[in-house]
Amino acid sequence: MRIVNLLRLALRAIKRNKMRAFLTMLGIIIGVAAVIAMVAIGQGSKQSIQSQLSGMGSNMIVIRPNSNIQGGARLDNTTVQTLTEPDVTALERDPQYITAVSPQVSSRGQVINGPNNWTTNIQGVSPDFLKIRSWPLQEGMNFTDQDIKTAAKVCLAGQTVVSNLFPDGSDPLGKMIRFKNIPFKIIGVLSKKGENTFGQDQDDVILAPVTTVQKRILATIYYQTIFASALDEKSTDKAVDEITSVLRASHKLPQGTDDDFTVRSQAELISTFTATSQILTILLAVIAGISLIVGGIGIMNIMYVSVTERTKEIGLRMSIGARGIDILMQFLVEAVLISVTGGLIGVAFGIAATKLVTIFLHWPTLITQSSVILSFMVCFITGVFFGYYPALKASKLDPIEALRYE
Amino acid sequence: MSSVIVDIKNLHREFKMGEETVKALNGVSFTISKGEFVTIMGSSGSGKTTLLNILGCLDKPTSGTYLLDGTDVSKLSKTQLAGYRNKKLGFVFQSYNLLARTSALENVELPLMYNKDFSARERKVKALKALDAVSLSKRIHHLPNQLSGGQQQRVAIARALVNDPVMILADEATGNLDSRTSYEIMMLVQELNDVQGKTIVFVTHEPDIASFSKRTITLKDGKIIRDAVNINVQSAKAVLASLPPIDEEITNTVT
Repeated sequence: MRIVNLLRLALRAIKRNKMRAFLTMLGIIIGVAAVIAMVAIGQGSKQSIQSQLSGMGSNMIVIRPNSNIQGGARLDNTTVQTLTEPDVTALERDPQYITAVSPQVSSRGQVINGPNNWTTNIQGVSPDFLKIRSWPLQEGMNFTDQDIKTAAKVCLAGQTVVSNLFPDGSDPLGKMIRFKNIPFKIIGVLSKKGENTFGQDQDDVILAPVTTVQKRILATIYYQTIFASALDEKSTDKAVDEITSVLRASHKLPQGTDDDFTVRSQAELISTFTATSQILTILLAVIAGISLIVGGIGIMNIMYVSVTERTKEIGLRMSIGARGIDILMQFLVEAVLISVTGGLIGVAFGIAATKLVTIFLHWPTLITQSSVILSFMVCFITGVFFGYYPALKASKLDPIEALRYE
Repeated sequence: MSSVIVDIKNLHREFKMGEETVKALNGVSFTISKGEFVTIMGSSGSGKTTLLNILGCLDKPTSGTYLLDGTDVSKLSKTQLAGYRNKKLGFVFQSYNLLARTSALENVELPLMYNKDFSARERKVKALKALDAVSLSKRIHHLPNQLSGGQQQRVAIARALVNDPVMILADEATGNLDSRTSYEIMMLVQELNDVQGKTIVFVTHEPDIASFSKRTITLKDGKIIRDAVNINVQSAKAVLASLPPIDEEITNTVT
């Protein structure tokens, strides 16, 4: 029998028992809708976790000079001087997996504003630093490459510094403060970042152009650290490799010698992130599987009823020339039609439910094309899998017995 | 090809009922030629249903040969038999066996649905022709439950005709009908046989019905006890005419 006829036949059989077909579909509808909504919620929270982790700097890479042995004495790596401006230039020349690079030098000292003073850390960085740390400004503006070139005496102040230097709550923007007797103009205030995981106050900082700190405070041409940002969490390892090879070339290290620097990524954060999203995915897959199996059993059950009910019809069809395969296809197409129709309705309900969750609960959701296609495919497979056995039973009936069935 | 449609030689069919073996058919041989109208008679348990099942390619003999239109069908597979039923045979059952909630036209089209050679249009043309042959052209869109018993059986006959079978097999086709409607059906069957030359095998236990056929094979205990040509074939049309006049409603369903 042709597929068009089979479809028409199945459609008619479903129409004849609308209520029953609907109730059978309901299992699939709920299953698919649940899957779509679950996956959407899962993906949404995954994405928000991802952006939070990125905010913590999960794709941040830190490059430090290696601790080195000079004349038998192992020196602290801050005193080792290997990272210089050409290194940063080399990294920025043709980046593959790196999106931003910023050098860093820091110095500790007293910062003064009129009668108020505070001991803090001044860090010389490039404008990209804020991007690497995912650290937006609360007000004012970032310093520019021009400020780097001119070693401008401008700075961005952290929240802790602001609250200690301006206890009366006056606006710090445009005010002059002094660090080791060098005046800095506050052009921006950093947003509150809070403590890091080690209990260090990250807001207790002043950011200034790297050249300003190098030339005016430290009198050095070296960098203490270089920060870089990988494209995303997944390409961190590749970015580390890229940095290593670029820096080895830049430092003209012959093959076989050790690196005179270390490159570190946020491996711990990344593995936590990967594990979290993996658990989430498995959990959703299990829920999806269970609900569709339940729906599938519903289909199987109703197809059995249908086959028994229509034994006489099967007998007649066989007597006028239907082959086993024709009968098999008839019932299989019917089962698949029920499951696929249920799947379509389920997709619609799932998307609607997801929208409602977003609107009323304000949960982050994300409907992916793949989750829709996948659950639809699973529906089709469910129909075939659970429809096959009853259909096979129908096709194996003896026409004589079936015709006599009352 | 000769005009022999059915050639049965020494047919046996045994059923195992637990320990016992029941011989439903025990050495049956006969031939049916093109254009014959044969009734197979016998009391229940005589083996006539078993014979009909084998004739209809629904069952296979335990031993013996059955040539249907020149092909030995006793050796064919299930699928091949289905093809033979589809192309060579037409069935008419006692309980009509029409598909419920399916129009007369679609019921008649059904055998052609299982034949890939026919397009939707050809199916419809052939089905309309078959319905015309049983005088039901005006009721093609009626559903079985909107038709009388006699009309339902006509639809079933049209269904049996639609694939131009070499033989039409009827199993107690008048068994569920009152005598007047039975005669009407027999009139139709006689007409198909006489005018269109259809080969018809009619299983019945009513001698009354058998008297309309040209030949009667009588079975008893799985054997043929009588195979005779009817000398005095009755005309169903004449019998109908001799019946007392009836009320309007039934007359309407006749024409």
